[in-house]
Amino acid sequence: MNFYGVMAIYKFEMARTGRTLIQSIVAPVITTSLYFIVFGAAIGSRIQQVEGVSYGAFIVPGLIMLNLLMNSISNASFGIYFPKFVGTVYEMLSAPISTFEVVLGYVGAAATKSVLLGLIILATAAVFIDLQIAHPVIMMLFIVLTAASFSLLGFILGIWADNFEKLSVVPMLLVTPLVFLGGSFYSTDMLPPFWQTVTLFNPVLYLVSGLRWSFYEIAEVNVLVSLASIVAFMLVCLGIVYYMFRTGYKLRV
Amino acid sequence: MDVAAEPILSIRNLNKTYADGFQALKDINLDIHKGEIIALLGPNGAGKTTLISAICGIVRPSSGQVTVAGFDIVKDFRKTRSLIGLVPQELTTDAFESVWSTLAFSRGLFGKAPDAAHLEEVLRALSLWDKKDKKILTLSGGMKRRLMIAKALSHQPSILFLDEPTAGVDVSLRKDMWNIVNELKDEEVTIILTTHYIEEAEEIADRIGIINNGELILVQEKASLMSKLGKKQLHLDLAAGIDSIPEQLSPYKLELTSEGNRLIYTFDTQSEHTGITALLDDLNLAGIRFRDLNTTQRSLEDIFVNLVNESSEENTGAPV
Ligand SMILES: Nc1ncnc2c1ncn2[C@@H]1O[C@H](COP(=O)(O)OP(=O)(O)O)[C@@H](O)[C@H]1O
Ligand SMILES: [Mg+2]
Repeated sequence: MNFYGVMAIYKFEMARTGRTLIQSIVAPVITTSLYFIVFGAAIGSRIQQVEGVSYGAFIVPGLIMLNLLMNSISNASFGIYFPKFVGTVYEMLSAPISTFEVVLGYVGAAATKSVLLGLIILATAAVFIDLQIAHPVIMMLFIVLTAASFSLLGFILGIWADNFEKLSVVPMLLVTPLVFLGGSFYSTDMLPPFWQTVTLFNPVLYLVSGLRWSFYEIAEVNVLVSLASIVAFMLVCLGIVYYMFRTGYKLRV
Repeated sequence: MDVAAEPILSIRNLNKTYADGFQALKDINLDIHKGEIIALLGPNGAGKTTLISAICGIVRPSSGQVTVAGFDIVKDFRKTRSLIGLVPQELTTDAFESVWSTLAFSRGLFGKAPDAAHLEEVLRALSLWDKKDKKILTLSGGMKRRLMIAKALSHQPSILFLDEPTAGVDVSLRKDMWNIVNELKDEEVTIILTTHYIEEAEEIADRIGIINNGELILVQEKASLMSKLGKKQLHLDLAAGIDSIPEQLSPYKLELTSEGNRLIYTFDTQSEHTGITALLDDLNLAGIRFRDLNTTQRSLEDIFVNLVNESSEENTGAPV
C-alpha cells in the first residue's frame, strides 16, 4: 500500500479547495439560504405541512442531497480531468501507485469536501428552521455513502470527458433534473399517479427518501431499500473504475 | 565495468503498436548497467518518447518484457516505478502550486516519507531554493525545466530518464544540467537521456543507442562507436597551391580544396596501414611541400546520417 501516495493526492485535492473557498463553500451556502427564503418562507407559508412536517423542514434533506450530488460530481470530475488536461497526469501514471490508491486519493478528497459541505448546509438550514434529526447516525451514513458514490461517478466522468463541455453537461443535464424530479421539494403523493410511477425509476428518489427518513421517519420507500440502492450504485461505479484502469481507458495509450 | 553484473534495466523484444495501428517500437532489445549514462539518439518521431513511456508505465507495451533491477515493470510495478525518475519532454506543471508543495507531492506520490532536508538539497542543487514558496506560474521556462528535474529527483531514484532535456534550453542551463548529470553519475544513478543533437550525446554519454523508425539500429560505447565508424581525415596545408592532383597520387583518393591550397586524405584509424607514411613519401617525390598538417575526427553527425541511410536502404532495398 502506497500510503504516502494516497495522502499526497488527498492533500493536493484538499489544498485545491482551499484556494477556491468562495466557489466551494460560500456559493452553496448562499444558494441554500435563497432556497429557504423562496421555498421555505414564501411558498412554504402557503403549503403549511407535508406529512406532518413544516415545508421548510421537509426540503432540508433534498437540499443536502442536491448539494452532495452536484459537488461530489464536480469536485471529483475536475480533480482528475485537470491533470489530464494540462498533462501532469504523466506523473501519476509513472508513480508506484495502484488504481485503488489513486481512486482513494481523489474520491476520498472529493467525498470529504462534499460531506463537509453537507454539514455546512445542515447548519445553514438550522438558522432558518427548527431542525429535528431522529437518527443522526443513519443520516451520516447516507451523507457519507452518497458523497462517496457520486464522487466515484464524478471520477468516471472526469476520465471519460475529453473537453470541458462534457465535464459540465452531466451535472447540468442529468443531476439537476433527477434531483428536482426526485421528490426533493415535494412528496410524490402530490403528483398524479402516472408521474408517481415514473418517479420510482429515479434513483435520486431513493436517496432523498432515505435521508429524509433519518430526519423525520417519513419515507417514500423503505429505508433499507434506500440503503441497498446506494450501496449497489457504489459497487457499479467501482466496477466501472476498475475496468477503466485495467484497460488503461483514456489514460494509458 | 563489470559485464557479469545484472543489468539495472533490461528490455527484451519490446514492441508498441498504438491504437491507430502505428507501430512505434519494433522489437527493441537493450541492457543498461548501473551507473551508465546512455543517450538515445534519433530524429523526431523515432520512438524515443514511446520507449521511455513504456518503461515508466505511461504507455502499455504491446509485447515484450522490461525488467528494472530484475523486477518486471508490469507485475512488480511498485518496485520498478519507485526506482525510476522521469523528466518528460513537455513542460507540464500545476501552475497554481508552489515549488515546495509540488515537490513534496511528487515525493509522496512515489511512496516516500516526507524529507525536507532532501528536498532542500535538490532545490539548492538546481538553484531553485530561493523560489521554493513561489507559485509555479511565476517561474521562467528554464526554471520550470529545473523544477521538472527536481520533481523527478524528489524520491531519490536510481534511474533517471531525461526526455530531450535540452530542447529549448539556453547554454547556462545546459551546462548546469550536465553538471547535475555528472554528479548523479558519481552517485551511481543510471541516466538515460534522449536527444536529437549528436554533440549532446557525444558530450555526455558513455554509450549511445541510435533509434530510427522505432528500431534500435545500434548501441555502442561512445568511444568505440567513434573509432569504429569514425574515419579520420588528414588535412595538409600546402606551401604552394596546385591546380590538380598529380597522377601518381591517385591511389590515395585525395581531395583538393581551398582553391588548391589544401589536400584532404581520409583514412581508417582501425586498419593496420593508414597509408600516411606512404602518402607523405609520395608527396615528397611529387615535389609537393606543406606548411601544416592536422587530423580531424569524422563527426557523429556523419556517422549517424550514414547509419540511418544504411538502415533505410535495408528496409526499402530492392529484392535480391
Ligand atoms: N498516442 C499515439 N497514438 C498514435 N501514434 C503515436 C502516439 N504517440 C506517438 N505516436 C507516434 O509514434 C511515433 C514515435 O513518437 P515518439 O515516441 O514521440 O517519437 P520521438 O520521441 O522519438 O520524437 C511518432 O510517429 C508519433 O507520431
Ligand atoms: Mg520525444
